[in-house]
Amino acid sequence: MEKRELTCINCPMGCRITVTMDGDNIISVEGNTCKRGHLYACNEVKSPVRTVTTTIKVTGGVSDRVSVKTKEPVPKDKIFEVMDAINKASAKAPIAIGDILIEDCAGTGIPVVATKAVGSV
Amino acid sequence: MKADIVIVGGGPAGLAAAIAAAKEDSSLDILILERDSELGGILNQCIHNGFGLHTFNEELTGPEYAARFEEQLEGLGIRFMLGTMVLDVASGSVTAINSSNGVFTVDCGAIVLCMGCRERPRGALNIPGLRPAGVFTAGTAQRLVNIEGYMPGKEVVILGSGDIGLIMARRMTLEGAKVKCVCELMPYSGGLKRNIVQCLDDFDIPLLLSHTVVDIKGKERVTSVVIAEVDERSKPIPGTEQEISCDTLLLSCGLIPENELSRSAGVEINPSTNGPVVNESFETSIPGVFACGNVLHVHDLVDYVSEESGRAGRSAAKYVRNKAASECPVIKIKNGNGVRYTVPSFVRLNELSDDLVIRFRSGNVYKDSYVKVLFDGETKNSRRKPIITPGEMEQVILKKEDLATAPSEILIEIAER
Repeated sequence: MEKRELTCINCPMGCRITVTMDGDNIISVEGNTCKRGHLYACNEVKSPVRTVTTTIKVTGGVSDRVSVKTKEPVPKDKIFEVMDAINKASAKAPIAIGDILIEDCAGTGIPVVATKAVGSV
Repeated sequence: MKADIVIVGGGPAGLAAAIAAAKEDSSLDILILERDSELGGILNQCIHNGFGLHTFNEELTGPEYAARFEEQLEGLGIRFMLGTMVLDVASGSVTAINSSNGVFTVDCGAIVLCMGCRERPRGALNIPGLRPAGVFTAGTAQRLVNIEGYMPGKEVVILGSGDIGLIMARRMTLEGAKVKCVCELMPYSGGLKRNIVQCLDDFDIPLLLSHTVVDIKGKERVTSVVIAEVDERSKPIPGTEQEISCDTLLLSCGLIPENELSRSAGVEINPSTNGPVVNESFETSIPGVFACGNVLHVHDLVDYVSEESGRAGRSAAKYVRNKAASECPVIKIKNGNGVRYTVPSFVRLNELSDDLVIRFRSGNVYKDSYVKVLFDGETKNSRRKPIITPGEMEQVILKKEDLATAPSEILIEIAER
């Protein structure tokens, strides 16, 4: 049996939630004060995901960098691999919001898209 | 130059105010004056997501949120001038300067102040120690990393756990820096819970509550900072000092509304918010001069800035059309126990077009307490809140018909059980 301690992010209460796990099975969720806390804890122990936001180098643009995000949240333990892949990439201006700059980032199957437009020089 | 409405500042507040005013009356000539080289204000450097959940029902990044507003300008015929610094605001005129027009004055029917806020810098914090390079406000570091593409340092200590400090702890970590800790003077964080979990806990960055920086060391560049625990009066406790080696100190120690223009125009300022005193229409003490967004009071969510600024923009459009308001009963809104301030400060009943939204912040953390609304000393309603913290703005919504009794005073207070 493994116990996982989490802080709920749904409201400023920030309930400390303890999830007891047996392998991949959730045995109990304790410490939450509402249903949203229960759901958050279950998702967070099973498959925590985060959207990564950063910037990519731009060539031939009016600015040298463009802000980007992973189009969908990626598994939490892949964040640094995603960052490495993004830091090695570059994009050519002009760029529009939503343009796919990396098709499949670090083997996650998730694309990286521009979040800002950059005109070309 | 002439315009019906001049908007000072093209950030989230200015964009929302301009769009709402144009939608209220499409015949109005609206001009946004922006000092930066692009519209969008601080949203341009806030490349993280979490914006727009209330407005668009989806999570956007800062630049995407700004773009949703910017793309409406052309269709609505809203004019804007970039690289243009406003020098002076007076009733019915705005004086500005830029490199193509020189100094010029715009005569206008109404003005909306949307100048936003600025970070409290080291000089305003009285941190002892040397003055080496490597001390930045969190927002300056954010601009360097996200827009200029420069890393301000490799080993970082952050003072203050406001949202920008938390966001930068994650951002610096993602870009390869080591964030040693975040120190917070208060016994609670001023940042959103979600940021504490996703920016600090995710990367095992310690949050040291009731801690502050008592010394900065290093001759040319920061080499270390000394932190110490503080007592309940925020005084450092001798013997608790520890030296942390680092090359960078980021400051996230509060935001101050930027009201130099408002003050010199003679706008009355609320000492609790450092922003203008406004009525239900977001009109300041000078008729025809409105204020909204972070120049009015510092917000934690841009969605609330947009909503509030929309109301201010519509009010400005109505003012241009109707000019002076008729005489009518005025209700004062006062802050009672536990409430630091309210926006607005008073309500003119005849001018209220729909429900009255009163926004406020608490002065402390309250668990399992009540937000009470009193009309002339009598409790009108009382709502139980599991938690109220200074870091999250609260609101009370009063229906227009509830105000028909025209009390002379509304008091908002927090009652503990």
